[in-house]
Amino acid sequence: MKNKMRLCLWMVVCMGSLSLLSCSKLSSKNEILLGEYSSLTGTTATFGQSTHKGLQLAIDEINRSGGVLGKKLRVQTEDTQSKPEEAATAVNKLINLNHVVAVIGEVASSRSLVAAPICQTAGIPMISPASTNPEVTQKGDFIFRVCFIDPFQGSVLAKFAADSLHIKRVVILKDVKNDYSIGLAQFFRTQFLRLGGVIVGEQAYSEGDTDFKAQLTALKEKAPDAIFLPGYYTEAALIIKQARDLNIRVPIIGGDGLDSEKLAEVAGAQALENVYYSNHFTVQNQAPEVQKFVTAFQAKYHQKPDAMAALGYDAVYVTVDAIKRAGGTNPEKLKNALAATKGFLGVTGKISIDENRNAAKSVVILQYQNGVPMFKETINP
Amino acid sequence: MLQQLINGLSLGSIYALIALGYGLVYGVLRFINFSHGDVFMVGAFVAFFSAPLATRFLGSGWLTFAAVLFISILFCAALGAVIERVAYRPLRNRPKLTMLITSIGVSLLLEYGGQLWLGPDPRAFPTLIPNRLILNTPTLVLGQVPVIVMGFSILLMGLMYLVVQRSRLGIALRAVSQNQAAASLMGVSINRMVMQTFAIGAGLAGAGGVFYALLYPSINPLMGIFPGLKAFVAVVFGGIGSIPGALIGGMVIGILETFVTAYLSPTYRDAIAFVILIAVLLFRPAGLFGQSDREKV
Repeated sequence: MKNKMRLCLWMVVCMGSLSLLSCSKLSSKNEILLGEYSSLTGTTATFGQSTHKGLQLAIDEINRSGGVLGKKLRVQTEDTQSKPEEAATAVNKLINLNHVVAVIGEVASSRSLVAAPICQTAGIPMISPASTNPEVTQKGDFIFRVCFIDPFQGSVLAKFAADSLHIKRVVILKDVKNDYSIGLAQFFRTQFLRLGGVIVGEQAYSEGDTDFKAQLTALKEKAPDAIFLPGYYTEAALIIKQARDLNIRVPIIGGDGLDSEKLAEVAGAQALENVYYSNHFTVQNQAPEVQKFVTAFQAKYHQKPDAMAALGYDAVYVTVDAIKRAGGTNPEKLKNALAATKGFLGVTGKISIDENRNAAKSVVILQYQNGVPMFKETINP
Repeated sequence: MLQQLINGLSLGSIYALIALGYGLVYGVLRFINFSHGDVFMVGAFVAFFSAPLATRFLGSGWLTFAAVLFISILFCAALGAVIERVAYRPLRNRPKLTMLITSIGVSLLLEYGGQLWLGPDPRAFPTLIPNRLILNTPTLVLGQVPVIVMGFSILLMGLMYLVVQRSRLGIALRAVSQNQAAASLMGVSINRMVMQTFAIGAGLAGAGGVFYALLYPSINPLMGIFPGLKAFVAVVFGGIGSIPGALIGGMVIGILETFVTAYLSPTYRDAIAFVILIAVLLFRPAGLFGQSDREKV
C-alpha cells in the first residue's frame, strides 16, 4: 500500500515537471508567441478560417523578413467551434498554459465579449480583428480592435438605404441570440428614422434556425421597400433564398456578417441579385498595398482573400508594429503602444486607434452581381 | 394567413415523415429509438455525396432526384438494420431502459462521429430540383419544391398504411407488436420482423432527410437533433403506432410552430411545441388517434 502511494506521488511529480517542461518549451526565448482564438469550425467557420489564413500569411511574411526585434514570431491557435463557452476555454488556455504575449480574436462579437474580460483580468492585450459591437472594447483598457464599430456601420447602411437606394419603408429581421445582430439593428434603426425613413416591421430568429418562411411571410404583408438583415451568413443565406422563394424581390441589406463564399453556395447566384452589404475590404481596391496582399494570399492559398482574411492580416501587423514601438512584449508597454497606433497603413485602410481603443476606418458597400460581391461605393467616417 | 398555413404544412410534412418511422419502431417494440433523428441526418448527407455522382450519369432533372432519393432510402434502411443488429438485438430481452439508453448512445455516436468525419461546418446542399413558382399571386406564393415534398411525404405514408394494413409483412408486423411470443409460435420470425421494421423506419427517416435538405439546403451533422425531437412530439401527439396520427401530429406541430413564430415570438416556438406535448399527455395519454387498451399482458 505504501509503495503504491509512493508510486502515485512520483507519477504526479513527474507529470508536473513534464508539463512545466513543455510550458517553458512553448514560450522559448528566441520567439514571440501570439495567441489566436478563432471559429475554425461551426456555424461561422469561414470567418475563423479566413482570419487564420490572413494571420498566418502575415506571420510568414514577417518571419521571412527577419522577425520581430530579432525573434521569430509564432502563433498558437485554438478553435472556438463558433461557441461562446469554447471561446472562454480557449483564451484561458492561451494565457495560462501557453503564456502568449497578446491574444488575437474573435470575429463574432458574442465570443469576443466572453473572452475580453478574461484578457483584461489577466492583463494581456487582446486585439479583435473583426468584432464590431461597441461593447467589446468597453470591457477594459487591454482590449483593442482593428475594425470599425457598429454605430458607424449601422448609420452608413441607413444612409446608403435612404440616399443611394431611395428606400422609405424597411423591415428588420435580426438574430436575437447575437450581440452583433441586435446592436447593428438598433444603430440602423436610429439613423434610418433620423433620415426620415420608417421601420414598418420587425421579426426575429435564433442562431441555428433553418425555417424563416413564417417571419418572411409576416414581413411581406407589411409591403416593405427593403429588408435589413443584420446577421451571419449561415442563416442569412437560407433567409435570402426563402425570401426569393416567397417572391420577395426587394433589396436585402446586411452588414459584414454576410461576407462569406458560403452565402453564394447556399442561396445561389439568382437569389443574391439585389443584395447589398457593408464590408471592411474589397479585393477590387486597386491600391498597391491591397493588390500586393491579394497576390500573396492567392499564391499561398489559391483563393481570393475576403474581409476577415484582410483583418486577420492587419491585426498581426498592428500588433507587431506595437511590439516594435514598445521595444518588447511587456504587457503594460505593449498596451500603451497599441493605444498609440496612429495612421497605420493596413490593407483594410488607415488604422488609428482612438481613445475608446476602436479603429476609425472607412466602410465599403458591396453589391452581389452574378453571385459575386462587386464594389459599389466607399464611405469615410 | 393562407401562406402561413402552407409554410406550416410543408414543414409539418417532414416532421410527419420522421414521426412515421419513430412510431413504427415504437409500435412494434415499445421502444423509443432516439437515434432516429440522426439517421435522418445521414440521409441528407448520403444525398449530398451521391448527388454529384448521379448528376454526372443522369444529367440534372427528375431522374437524378429519384436516384438520389432511392440511394438515400436504401443506405439508411441498411444502416437501420445494422444498428438494430449490432446495438439493439443483443439487448432485446433486457429491460426497456437499457435499450433506450443504448439508443441515446447510438444517437451521440452518429452526431459526433459525423462531426469528426464530415466536419461540423454547414454544407450547401445542391439544387436537385429548381423551385419554379407554380402559384404567384400577391397573397399566395407557392414553389414546386414544397409541393413535391408534401406530395411525396403523403404518398410514402399512404404506401406505409397499405403495407401495414394489407400486406403479409404488415400482418406479421402487427402480430409481433401485439404479442411476440404468440407471433413466433405462429411461425413469424421475430428477428427478421424487427430488423425489417428498423430498416423501413430508417428508410423513411432517410427520405425525410433528403426532403428537408431540398427545402433548407444547408446541412450539418447536428441537423437531426431538433427535427427528431419535434417528430417525437408529433408521434406522441398523434398517437403512437397510428399512421394517420403521425401525419396529423406532424402537420399540427409544423403549423403551430409557423403561427407561433409569425404572430407571437420565435423565441417561444420550441417551448410551445413541448407545452402541447405535456398538455396532450395530461388529457389524452394515448394521443389523438392512439388506443390506450393496446398494451395487453
